[in-house]
Amino acid sequence: MSNKNKYVLRFSRLNRILHVCMIVSFLILSLTGMSLKFSYTGWAKVLSKFFGGFESAGYWHRFAATIMIFVFIAHIVDLIRLRKKEFGSWKALLFGKSSMLFNKKDWHDLRDSLKWFIGRGPRPEYGRWTYWEKFDYFAVFWGMFVIGSTGTTLWFSEFFTNFFPGWILNVATIIHSDEALLATGFIFTIHFFNTHLRPEKFPMDIVIFSGRVSLEEFKLDRPYEYKELVEKGELEKYLVEQYPLIVIKGMLFFGWTALAMGFSIIIWIIYAMIFAYR
Amino acid sequence: MNRIFIILLFFTLHSRSFFPQSNDDCLMCHEDPDLKTKIGNKTVLLFVNQKSFSSSVHGNLECIDCHTEINFEETPHREELTKVECGTCHDDVQKLYTECLHGKANAKGDALAPLCQDCHGNHNILPVKDRNSVVSPMKIPVLCGKCHREGTPVQLQRNIPKDSILENYSESIHGEGLLKKGLIVSATCVSCHSAHRILPHTDPRSTISRKNIATTCSVCHSEIETVHRQIIRGELWEKQANTLPACVDCHQPHEIRRVFYDYGMSDKDCLECHDNPNIVASIDGKSLFVNYAELKNSRHTGTACSQCHTEVNVSKKRPCETIQKNVDCASCHAEVGAEYLVSMHGSLTAKMDENAPSCKECHGNHGVLGKLNPESPTFATNIPNLCGKCHREGEKATVRYKGSEKDIINHYTESIHGKGLLKSGLTVTATCTDCHTAHKELPHTNPESSINRNNISHTCGTCHHGIEEQFAKCIHSPLVSDTEKKLPVCFDCHSAHEIRRADTEGFKLEIMSQCGRCHEQIAETYFDTYHGKVSQLGYTKTAKCYDCHGAHDILPITNPESRLSRQNVVETCKTCHPAANRQFAGYLTHATHHDPDKYPFLFWTFWGMTGLLIGTFIIAGLHTLLWLPRSLEWRRKLKKMHEDELNSDNDEPVENKSKTEKDEE
Repeated sequence: MSNKNKYVLRFSRLNRILHVCMIVSFLILSLTGMSLKFSYTGWAKVLSKFFGGFESAGYWHRFAATIMIFVFIAHIVDLIRLRKKEFGSWKALLFGKSSMLFNKKDWHDLRDSLKWFIGRGPRPEYGRWTYWEKFDYFAVFWGMFVIGSTGTTLWFSEFFTNFFPGWILNVATIIHSDEALLATGFIFTIHFFNTHLRPEKFPMDIVIFSGRVSLEEFKLDRPYEYKELVEKGELEKYLVEQYPLIVIKGMLFFGWTALAMGFSIIIWIIYAMIFAYR
Repeated sequence: MNRIFIILLFFTLHSRSFFPQSNDDCLMCHEDPDLKTKIGNKTVLLFVNQKSFSSSVHGNLECIDCHTEINFEETPHREELTKVECGTCHDDVQKLYTECLHGKANAKGDALAPLCQDCHGNHNILPVKDRNSVVSPMKIPVLCGKCHREGTPVQLQRNIPKDSILENYSESIHGEGLLKKGLIVSATCVSCHSAHRILPHTDPRSTISRKNIATTCSVCHSEIETVHRQIIRGELWEKQANTLPACVDCHQPHEIRRVFYDYGMSDKDCLECHDNPNIVASIDGKSLFVNYAELKNSRHTGTACSQCHTEVNVSKKRPCETIQKNVDCASCHAEVGAEYLVSMHGSLTAKMDENAPSCKECHGNHGVLGKLNPESPTFATNIPNLCGKCHREGEKATVRYKGSEKDIINHYTESIHGKGLLKSGLTVTATCTDCHTAHKELPHTNPESSINRNNISHTCGTCHHGIEEQFAKCIHSPLVSDTEKKLPVCFDCHSAHEIRRADTEGFKLEIMSQCGRCHEQIAETYFDTYHGKVSQLGYTKTAKCYDCHGAHDILPITNPESRLSRQNVVETCKTCHPAANRQFAGYLTHATHHDPDKYPFLFWTFWGMTGLLIGTFIIAGLHTLLWLPRSLEWRRKLKKMHEDELNSDNDEPVENKSKTEKDEE
């Protein structure tokens, strides 16, 4: 059988759904949050009105935050489930080939990538997860912790001030807002570049929605993983059919929308920082 | 008759040679109560009552002192004697009498003209102070009334311009005082008309001429100016009495009461000409028509023409030809007039400015209505339009106005006051005149002005009294804060003409920048914190300056009564955050992360976070930028591979191709 039009399944259905939820909630959070952070700009006021005024925007923000927390919990639950079902032990999960934890190969890949960037070597043979993907993954953990905890403090400020002094709220505000700026900035520039704007992927990579990558592309992009699968003879196990065109189109549309919103936010932030900073 | 004559003759002849003719000689005949003679058709009693004569003022005089014609030779004397000349002794009074209407009529031979004895009697004249005297005050009205009563020949046949004189007098306050209350100091006929030199009111020498009437009345009413100061400018009384209405303009002769009676006569005179709709001034062709009906329906319905047009001269055929000046309303409306003179409008008028409004520009002239009449241009709901005639954008007042208030009338109309007045029809709402005053409007720079910084809270306080009281205790009140700095007053926060309800969105959001005009730094840091940021998004429910600090009752936080004092601050937070606690109130509502000394925690948190952000972006950014050229290269390679694939055999295994590519690399 020819593998020419075959696709490799890269993301589980749950992960894809979670990522869509993540995208939706993250966009809502950043749109509503940034409108407050940059409230002195005209776009912030328009945006706030779009969400039905500030009060309503606040409800959107907390609603999206709840979704994101659920996404996070769902992922943790999924990991526990995977440990039982597929890995058998925490060790296998955490230190196996598919682990999101950094391992020796990642350091080598980073080193080789830098060499490749400056023309001192070939493109490294990336595996299942590249080091930048792992970085992105843990950035979410960090963000969930930092933004989530400060956000909750601010949300339930009256409760938390039973245990902390009032100025904690000021500190939490700064951390929440600046970390959010970092998160949005990072996602909408670096992450977007790594996945979509990177010329070889340009203009869009919908693998996170379809979960499928063409075998050809897979071989080139992840040669190490490909080799491993071929060696183990497990490649067939991951081969699937592509979705119908209409579904792909839907995914492209969603992706473009999210991308456009992300870029808009970046432009607004840059505008606010440069032209309206106070 | 003959018998009497013989007796008289006898007595005269008998006594002549012994002594000069004495009273006794005269009485020999005149003692007879029946002694009569006939002069013309009239029978004249010649009896002299010796008793009443001796008790009269002339009791110690000889008959012949008055009846000078009679001499010793003739006894009894000639039958036809000339009349007694009282003036021989009373030459001063005689002089007055000859100038008097009565005297002149007598000189003309008017049979109705009264002589001395017609009023005073003859042999029985008593002193004026004697209550029995016919000329005692109590009897004067009756005495004069003999001729000047309704129906008498004098009243019917002679030109007496007044009717029912005696009746009116007896009902007047003077008549009542005299006749009913027995006050002999009350004015009688002679008090006003004088006793012996009665002249028509058209005669400038007359005690009742317009010129003199005030002096005449002041004989008794000597302090009347002080009583009338409210309506008549006192100093004019002496200086320019002619510009004032005369006493009789308001208090009509013979009918004087504290209430005013309808005029008639004088207005009718004016209307002879001014009732004609086509009458115009010869100088400028301006219509001089007076709509009398309008005047009668006006506020001045009880006012006669001459009360305002004071310079009229009744002795002229055209009484108004002597008028020199415009009507001066201040003659009566003295207080208002004084205010107008110092006002902006008044000072412009004084400079003869053509744009300056006078009384009639606002009040109208003959049709002037009270401000409580909805038809009046000065009725509350009409005032914005009235003032707008000049103060609407583009009109004459705005053209010359250089201040900062623009489009005043439109702004007012949209303001809470304007809406209250014009939309809700609340006549108690503040109109132009409530703040600027009606007659003493001055620019706010003038310390006298009702809208001056120092006076405005009192002006607003006339309606918003409760607020004024609160504000007096506020930290912004000059009574509380002794400072060189400019303290805010009502209009600094509420504006002047655009005043909005304090619960409207616009007002709520603007108030922050209003406070920020003085409290610059604190406002800036407010906008750095949650409340400020939210408010900038147009969210009005968030805490604004006055939600925490109060509005008109702001107190320093050191004051235990302050909303932000230690005792009250948690309660203040609780108005929005019901579960607020002591530590919650410790939230720094005006914090900034730019001040390392005041807020080191915030400062270092901010820079820590910013460092993290910048660090992350530098590393990730560099990584991305370095990647870019390689990625482009990779893209070209992929493209080429794809094309090759299309050109080559479909069956060729992909694996090999990819291997070749990799080898090349």
